[in-house]
Amino acid sequence: MKFGILVQEGPYNHQASDSAYNFIQAALEKGHEITGVFFYNDGVINTTKLMDIPADDRHISKRWSDLGAKGIQLIVCVAAAKRRGINPDVLIENARIDGLGQLSELCIESDRLITFGD
Amino acid sequence: MPKKTKIAFLMRKAPHGTIYAYEGLEALLIFCSYEQSIVLVLMDDGVYALKKGQDTSELGTKEFSTTFRVLKDYGVERIIVDKTSLKERSLTKEDLLIDVEVLEAAEIMALMKEQDVILPF
Repeated sequence: MKFGILVQEGPYNHQASDSAYNFIQAALEKGHEITGVFFYNDGVINTTKLMDIPADDRHISKRWSDLGAKGIQLIVCVAAAKRRGINPDVLIENARIDGLGQLSELCIESDRLITFGD
Repeated sequence: MPKKTKIAFLMRKAPHGTIYAYEGLEALLIFCSYEQSIVLVLMDDGVYALKKGQDTSELGTKEFSTTFRVLKDYGVERIIVDKTSLKERSLTKEDLLIDVEVLEAAEIMALMKEQDVILPF
């Protein structure tokens, strides 16, 4: 099945990002396709490379970047990103800043769009 | 012509206090240009987004309630408000900025089942 993913909450403060990541890992293991991950609302904060995380905890933005390196597109909403200080200078590798139209495309091309939010 | 994707925007949170309703509305406006089948459903505190006479000047936040007026012109097919949510807040259709369909929870549930995508805000 083709899954599109929407992440609406920021890292650490909320479980949404972890749940989305774990869902994607499980879906890939089962042979499903991830059409893309769209970061909206505070979800955009998942994609800053300025995170500096203690060694005994997961590094959420690095984890997303590594997933992007595997070829899964990571799309960060430009309007939401601008509000929250996320720009190309601080963006993790393997992600891109783009418009809400990309979320619309994910809705259209995926069999299911799974939202991870509050 | 490819089949239109049926997308419901579900607004359940109060319009002020968090950014969900505002950013949900922003997303909704963009989605309108993609010519899919779009409906807006307001439930719980989400119904306050349509209340007449909002004034955010003392909050210092943007007042965006009037933007809901353009949605029908932008191609949103239906704007639906949950009957119980209105009643619980002592609101009636006359308190709202725009004309809406007021539906029972069971009718909204049936509508949700028809959707390809539900986007919660």
